[in-house]
Amino acid sequence: MNQLFARLGLIRAAVPDAAALPAIAQENAMPSLTVRDVFNKVGMLPVLILMYIAFYFLTRYFSEDGVSNFMTMANSMNILRQTSINLVLACGMTFVILTAGIDLSVGSVLAVAAVLGMMASLPEHFPYLALPVFLIAGLLMGMLNGVMVAGFKINPFVVTLGTMTALRGAAYLFADGTTILNRDIPSFEWLGNGDFLGIPWLIWIAAAVVLISWFILRHTVLGLHLYAVGGNPQAARLTGIKVGAVLMFAYSISGLFAGVGGAMSASRLYGANGNWGSGYELDAIAAVVLGGTSLMGGVGTIWGTVIGALIIGVLNNGLTILGLSSFWQYVAKGIVIVLAVMLDKWRQQQATTN
Amino acid sequence: MSQIVLEMSGICKRFGATRALDQVQLQARSHEILALMGENGAGKSTLMKVLSGVYQPDAGEIRLGGEAIRVHSPLDARKAGINLIYQELSVAPHMTVAQNVFMGSEPRGSFGRVDRKAMRERTQAVLDSLGARFGPDDLAGSLCIADQQQVEIARSLIHKSRVLIMDEPTAALSDRETERLFEVIRKLRADGIAIIYISHRMAEMSELADRVTVMRDGGYVGTLERSEADPERVIQMMVGRPLGDFYQHKSGRTPGAVRLEVRHLHSRKIRDASFAIHSGEVLGLAGLVGAGRTELARLIFGADRALGGEILIDGEPVTIREPLDAIKRGIAYVPEDRKGQGLFLQLSALANTSMNVLAQNARGGVLQHKALKKLTEDAIKQLAVKVPGPDGIVGGLSGGNQQKLLLARWLAIKPRVLILDEPTRGVDIGAKSEIYRIIHELAMSGVAVICISSELPEVIGICDRVLVMREGRISGEVSGAAVSQEAIMALAIHDAAAQTH
Repeated sequence: MNQLFARLGLIRAAVPDAAALPAIAQENAMPSLTVRDVFNKVGMLPVLILMYIAFYFLTRYFSEDGVSNFMTMANSMNILRQTSINLVLACGMTFVILTAGIDLSVGSVLAVAAVLGMMASLPEHFPYLALPVFLIAGLLMGMLNGVMVAGFKINPFVVTLGTMTALRGAAYLFADGTTILNRDIPSFEWLGNGDFLGIPWLIWIAAAVVLISWFILRHTVLGLHLYAVGGNPQAARLTGIKVGAVLMFAYSISGLFAGVGGAMSASRLYGANGNWGSGYELDAIAAVVLGGTSLMGGVGTIWGTVIGALIIGVLNNGLTILGLSSFWQYVAKGIVIVLAVMLDKWRQQQATTN
Repeated sequence: MSQIVLEMSGICKRFGATRALDQVQLQARSHEILALMGENGAGKSTLMKVLSGVYQPDAGEIRLGGEAIRVHSPLDARKAGINLIYQELSVAPHMTVAQNVFMGSEPRGSFGRVDRKAMRERTQAVLDSLGARFGPDDLAGSLCIADQQQVEIARSLIHKSRVLIMDEPTAALSDRETERLFEVIRKLRADGIAIIYISHRMAEMSELADRVTVMRDGGYVGTLERSEADPERVIQMMVGRPLGDFYQHKSGRTPGAVRLEVRHLHSRKIRDASFAIHSGEVLGLAGLVGAGRTELARLIFGADRALGGEILIDGEPVTIREPLDAIKRGIAYVPEDRKGQGLFLQLSALANTSMNVLAQNARGGVLQHKALKKLTEDAIKQLAVKVPGPDGIVGGLSGGNQQKLLLARWLAIKPRVLILDEPTRGVDIGAKSEIYRIIHELAMSGVAVICISSELPEVIGICDRVLVMREGRISGEVSGAAVSQEAIMALAIHDAAAQTH
């Protein structure tokens, strides 16, 4: 009997609580939902901003006169310029990773394109065709990856690991082991060294690549097909999507953008050699992953990739200004990448379970 | 002799703003099968995840054998003797049955070695007690789904189960396999295990359950003893309102001309299939799982390559090499494996519904977002899909709403032939009846509908004519008044020749 009363008491106590619950839930729900929505939309932007501010104070603290140039217009432009090539490669990489693939060969493609373009620019060849050579070389190498992934259905990691190695060798062979130098490149000197409206062309080009990529992903049939193929290739096929053609496009545009990157770096340095762009693929992948694009495919945005690339750019620039040795820079970069992705994973879990 | 083994009371769980469980209670007794019923989204799975340690409750108490326990992880639950068998099976296909059964708790011999002999013997013993038709050394991946399920059951038995939870175990089984599973479940009940059986299917409840607990919208509705639990009443408790005649959706249809004809279509799995379907007709494709129904559908749709045969649409021969060809001819195929082959779970409702008509809603490859949005909103309204809006991500929706969106994608191409593969699997009762209504309306508007289903009452209720398949060939046809469960089963199991009176 006592037990029964206790139970009745429990139930009675529980009822007003339960009745009060919806009201509380709704009050809490509205603001917390919108905050979460915003947090979801902006992704890693807060990390970028925090890092930017942190570097400002760090560089001020460690400078001798208590003044920091970190936040100046000139240095910000510097960061953007240094980020531009990686951003171009990362945009191409975003397409590939969205299809649940990977392109390890972008650094090597950049090198081959840069070497071939520089060779074309030599007076005894076709100086005015240098620019198309960069782009076409990149595109063709990307298509080579595409044929093997989409046509022969070989694992993209293996395909691009192969082309990464082979094309690196090809770049050295084309350059004959030396650096091809040419101070006289009127047809594309502007690309790496000129300004337009006070902003370097490198930044304009990167911005254009971002815009094009955004437009394709957000506003075209092809863009939606890319997400579909990455998210569920079987369903994509049963929906009549030409999966092979979509993959072909992803690897081709990654190659094309690597060719653009080759032109940018060759122009900036008036030269190219077999070692150009080595390790760039990792920075590009890091930028994409930092931007919240899933390596499993089907999830991600160009906007995220931009932020990811900027995070890496700010990090490189800030650490250099701080005077950290390049060895420590590697360590710091690695740690930040892993931490940032952990944060992102946590953020996404919050978003899905709640 | 039946005692209360498990008691859950006052369980509350909320995710952010949504209350998934509110003051839910449940009692499981030894020597008893408790059916836990409710529509999708009623909170059954969440409750079971609380019980098995996947989620932590915000409030409430779990008592096992009269003692309050806290289950912090699935491992805790397993140690306490609570085992959950998920709807999606989780056997490792490349490992043997014995390795699967003992995964994570391999018996140790000397020097920390895995004691393979003990593992095999104990597995064999458990398999014998289940009456399994496979051995401990078989590769799990080579077994059919029903047998894989037994592997999971064996796994829970090894761990001395006191409470065994089964989440829609028959979803992927044929009737015959279901019957075998039921025998196993009854055997486990006789051994004294408390069984919690989650299902949508009323017939299974009537056949198995000793008691029924019903949930709705995350709350506890009530518990009925076997004698009080007639389907009518349970459905009412589940949906909160009485349902009309459930399967009756075929009155007033008059089939027109032949829409699709298949002549001598064959592949490695399908032997010489010939049949015709008229416009405005709903043709059932029945048979046991593995009889070739899905394979036949995939051949017609171009998802697999045919070795020969002819397909005619409206009397005209057509060549179908890949799904795109079929889609262009107005053939739609809604696959059985909704998540694996149908939906893009990480994409929005808009992307999922409009994926087949992007080209028609684009200019020069550039999407017209306004048109797509309207198309999606119309589909959501027309099929009564519960989704936050066109931008809602599909992965978070219930099975019924996912199925409706998938259906919407295919309806968008205005199909002439619609092939539905298990259209109501894993779908709650409310959505089921709406899907039947949609099928009926499509047929009324002249679409030829082919419906593959393992649920016989469904086949009988909605189809005008039923083709039965067995071992890769069409073994017979029943139509009109002759359509009955017995006639279909006979054709599905026996030879067609022996069947014709």
